[in-house]
Amino acid sequence: MSDGLRGQIGQLARRSMLRTLRQPAQIVPALVFPLFLLAVNSGGLEDATNLPGFPTDSYLTFVLAVPFIQGALFSVMNSGTDLARDIETGFLNRLALTPLRGAALLSGLLAGSFLLGVVQAVAYLSVGLIAGADLAAGPAGALVILALSVSITVAFGTIGLFAALRFGSGEAVQGLFPVFFVFLFLSAMTLPLDLLTTDWFHAIASVNPVTYLLQAFRSLLIEGWNLGDLALGFGIAAAIGTLGMLAASSALKTRLVRT
Amino acid sequence: MSEQRTAGLAAVARAVAWRSIHNFLTNPAFLMPALLFPLFFFVSFAGGLAAIGEVPGFDFPSGYTAFQFVFVLLQSAAFGGVFTGFAMARDFESGFGRRYMLAASHRSGIVLGYSLAAIFRAFVTWAVLTAVALVAGMEVGGSGGEIVALYALALLVNIAATLWSAGVALRVRSIQGGPLMQFPTFLVLFLAPVYVPLDLLSGWIHAIASINPVTALLEAGRGFISGDPVLVGLAFAIGVALSLLFAAWARGGLRSAEAAG
Repeated sequence: MSDGLRGQIGQLARRSMLRTLRQPAQIVPALVFPLFLLAVNSGGLEDATNLPGFPTDSYLTFVLAVPFIQGALFSVMNSGTDLARDIETGFLNRLALTPLRGAALLSGLLAGSFLLGVVQAVAYLSVGLIAGADLAAGPAGALVILALSVSITVAFGTIGLFAALRFGSGEAVQGLFPVFFVFLFLSAMTLPLDLLTTDWFHAIASVNPVTYLLQAFRSLLIEGWNLGDLALGFGIAAAIGTLGMLAASSALKTRLVRT
Repeated sequence: MSEQRTAGLAAVARAVAWRSIHNFLTNPAFLMPALLFPLFFFVSFAGGLAAIGEVPGFDFPSGYTAFQFVFVLLQSAAFGGVFTGFAMARDFESGFGRRYMLAASHRSGIVLGYSLAAIFRAFVTWAVLTAVALVAGMEVGGSGGEIVALYALALLVNIAATLWSAGVALRVRSIQGGPLMQFPTFLVLFLAPVYVPLDLLSGWIHAIASINPVTALLEAGRGFISGDPVLVGLAFAIGVALSLLFAAWARGGLRSAEAAG
């Protein structure tokens, strides 16, 4: 990577991170909402551990994987809304007049998602462990959870960038939130895949990548080290990030041609 | 004089309700979330958690789909009211609400109009939700009268949530008041026995659910659908009391909006 490109990415990354830090409205819901659902679900569904074949006797441990994905969904909104605001205010047009490279713009904008991913992962894991969840993989597992959470958050952030560049409106990006929630709802979010007894729901959850992202977290929390589950989780995050980045790059080119 | 007043109130309410319903039906951005959100919750809970019906001690006679249907029905009733509050806040933010205030001969009619629109959108949502639930094989053990009582209970929840949200919208007069309408509603709904009956809850969630008024509404609703009514008087008393309380809250909001000019 050339010094010029590194400098451009650095400037935009700094701006993106400061922007995230200066907007409590982006950070607070991304922390409070998933933790509230964690508390409610872990209390309300504790009896699910009595089902034959349930992998742990602590529902809190099982459901602790969910906030990481919910938090990543907020990254779609935050990264997309920030970029959409840049488009709406004309800031992107001004950037287009500079020698800034597209790759620098997109990578720099993801720095806010990266920061949010770190804050979220530390908060969710800390609260979960304090509340009594298990971490079978031990302290090293905590680091892998952090890495996985950040990878997923950044990967989802690329989708937000794509949406912002494609639609150019913060409202349109916000409108995507329910769509992404469907992926979470139609996954093995509340019960393991094997215990999803409704046939059609089981079929959808089996092909839903969110199920395997959840499974990667759960493998560390419940089993210890399951390299297959981890590889699948990181692989899906990488695939989403790559596809999102390619789509965002293409949308950026189209948008800059329009301007 | 009184007849004139009633006629004026009705005319304002009719005009506000008509515009709000028209916006709801013609703008997919308003219509789709109102229809899709309850369906997502229903599909996720009834489909994804069906195995919970096999947990030892869970003996709801109409099955888990009906058990969750009641929660989603009441939730959609409440959120129909909240979404109407959003529309109200948006109108005041854009200045349209101020024009309502200037034009209306009886300003209570503005709140009444939004409330009627909220009821309409709730009925649209319930029609779709009920059809999907029946297609999904929901068992209904209650009689016709009991099912009417279930929807009457949901109607009270819708009215109470609309008046709560109207009170917030009229005080804040900006869509930024949205979380203030939404979060307490979400909180009170999810701190009730959502996934399993109250008896199967334990710890802090049981303690909170035991004193949460939504618990009585849910238990009564589930009693209606399974043909084994429980807590009927208490549930309706809570529904009426909440509606009256939030009517006073919305009236205070109207005074606040009037004072703001």
